[in-house]
Amino acid sequence: MKIFRFLAFFTSFFASTFLFTPVANAALEIEISGGSAQQIPIAIVPFGQGEHAATMSGIIAADLKRSGLFRVLETGGVASRPTDITQIKFAEWSALQAQAMSVGTIEPQADGKLKVSFQLADVLKQTQLTSGQYNISPSQLRITAHKIADAIYQKLTGESGIFASHIAYINKSKGRYTLQVADADGANPRTMLSSKEPIISPAWAPDGNRIAYVSFEKKKPIIYVQTLGGQRTTVASFKGNNSAPAWSPDGNKLAIVLTHGANSQLYTINADGSGLKQVTKSSAIDTEPTWSTDGQWIYFTSDRGGRPQIYKVSSQGGDPKRVSFEGAYNVSPRFSPDGKSLAMIRNDGGRFRVALQDLNSGQVQLLSDGGQDESPSFAPNGRVILYATRNGGRGALAAVSADGRVKQRLNESGGDIREPAWGPLIK
Amino acid sequence: MNNLTFNKKLLSTLMLALVLTACKSTPMTKPSIEDKSVGQNTTTTTPAAGADDGSTVKEVSLDDANANDAGNPLKDPNNILSKRNIYFDFDSDAVKAEYRPLVEAHAKYLLSHKDARVIVQGNADERGTREYNLALGQRRSVAVKKALNVLGVQDEQIETVSYGEEKSTGCADEACFSKDRRADIVYQGE
Repeated sequence: MKIFRFLAFFTSFFASTFLFTPVANAALEIEISGGSAQQIPIAIVPFGQGEHAATMSGIIAADLKRSGLFRVLETGGVASRPTDITQIKFAEWSALQAQAMSVGTIEPQADGKLKVSFQLADVLKQTQLTSGQYNISPSQLRITAHKIADAIYQKLTGESGIFASHIAYINKSKGRYTLQVADADGANPRTMLSSKEPIISPAWAPDGNRIAYVSFEKKKPIIYVQTLGGQRTTVASFKGNNSAPAWSPDGNKLAIVLTHGANSQLYTINADGSGLKQVTKSSAIDTEPTWSTDGQWIYFTSDRGGRPQIYKVSSQGGDPKRVSFEGAYNVSPRFSPDGKSLAMIRNDGGRFRVALQDLNSGQVQLLSDGGQDESPSFAPNGRVILYATRNGGRGALAAVSADGRVKQRLNESGGDIREPAWGPLIK
Repeated sequence: MNNLTFNKKLLSTLMLALVLTACKSTPMTKPSIEDKSVGQNTTTTTPAAGADDGSTVKEVSLDDANANDAGNPLKDPNNILSKRNIYFDFDSDAVKAEYRPLVEAHAKYLLSHKDARVIVQGNADERGTREYNLALGQRRSVAVKKALNVLGVQDEQIETVSYGEEKSTGCADEACFSKDRRADIVYQGE
């Protein structure tokens, strides 16, 4: 396995970050094991002149670089600056060993909007591979850059992209808890909720515009749904605990866990808080629901067999069937976007690790090696699992590829971050 | 340190590798790129203003309202009613004999103050996942409720909830974990 080391990789790109940091320019060191043996050499020509053009090409280049599948070429040495495929002198770019290149323009419109156009060219065949046009407001520049990066990524790798998406997570800092939403590249973190009581279990609705979560602000766990625009609805505030919200694939319902004065049991409820239905009836713990991609089943954690294991039950209720058989402690099931596998947390001799079970074969692969790994969350294309880990006594985020080949952990600690949830692609 | 700034940095860095993990593992033998996608090659998109691209994320801030009344038996440090913590053995939800006087005192108070309401908050140590620990903490709060029930306190005066591992003290050893395995009795309005 190869080890790539990136030092201060984002120093220029996130220069503004460092301006606010007292200990400036501490090297951000990431160890990445694994990666692509061959990277596609690509040139991202700035989309014209000016700040917008530099921002956009910078984001696209950074996204593609981070994917590990691309080698983004330095274009400073090339004399020409084409902004349309008809202007490309292909000989110059093949001399740079570019196999693909993107060109584009950003044109301000009379109404204050921006018209962004891009083309992706095959340098060797001298043909256009894909193109796109976006009529956006200036505030949508960043997300549009991620969408263009996704379009390039998809065209050249055949996989759907993941750059134009959000992640949510909880940060605990100075005795306060905040629910944060950031772009998938970590930029642009915004606080959605701030409280001195714990916030846990954020879950993205399939529309990418609502997050369900559990807040202890009333000294007990209550489930809320909040839009990115700040509209907040109480979904479940029954006697006892209200926790573990999981969206149905159609975004209309949530599987939740209620206690009503006894042990945790599964229910379903409409996203507006109506239509409560009990799904499991046991004297054991039933919790951590996750829906199958077809909405037929709810997978969940239960200790009905003595130790916590994964079970499934019809989303209409019925007799649960056991799903996990390897290991004495399996919790936190999460369905993969393609519906073929189940991520979970296994207690492996006192170490809590991310595991992935193939639902057809039943085979399980242990993916992470951490000691207190929790909260697995799939990237929208299913190729990466984001999870919470502990690093020097603090919460940190880490990720592992679904094939287990590539593992990553941030070496620098300082925040206390937990409960990551990766949202769907932004349309 | 500015925490938002830190997060930004942290997450930026993290994502570097997140996306890297989407790598193909098989070496590419083809000499040039190719179009691997299916379908349209040109897209035109006009997102609606303020669409769900997150450009208009709004923060909700919660007020820190907290009642603080003094001078009642529940707050008197010399009164057993001020004792609110019941500790449990590992992997157990049995209320130990040493806590019987405490439970009896609260039962007596609740029986003579029918308007009083308690929330029994269960807790777990931080080993394991948050939601599963929430369920484990709930077991302990239910055990305390049952002990109060036996002494005649009705369910309508008791709510059982769990904080799971959320109030855990950041332990690294068993002596410390034992402090996190407990149920706390909280009176309504406190």
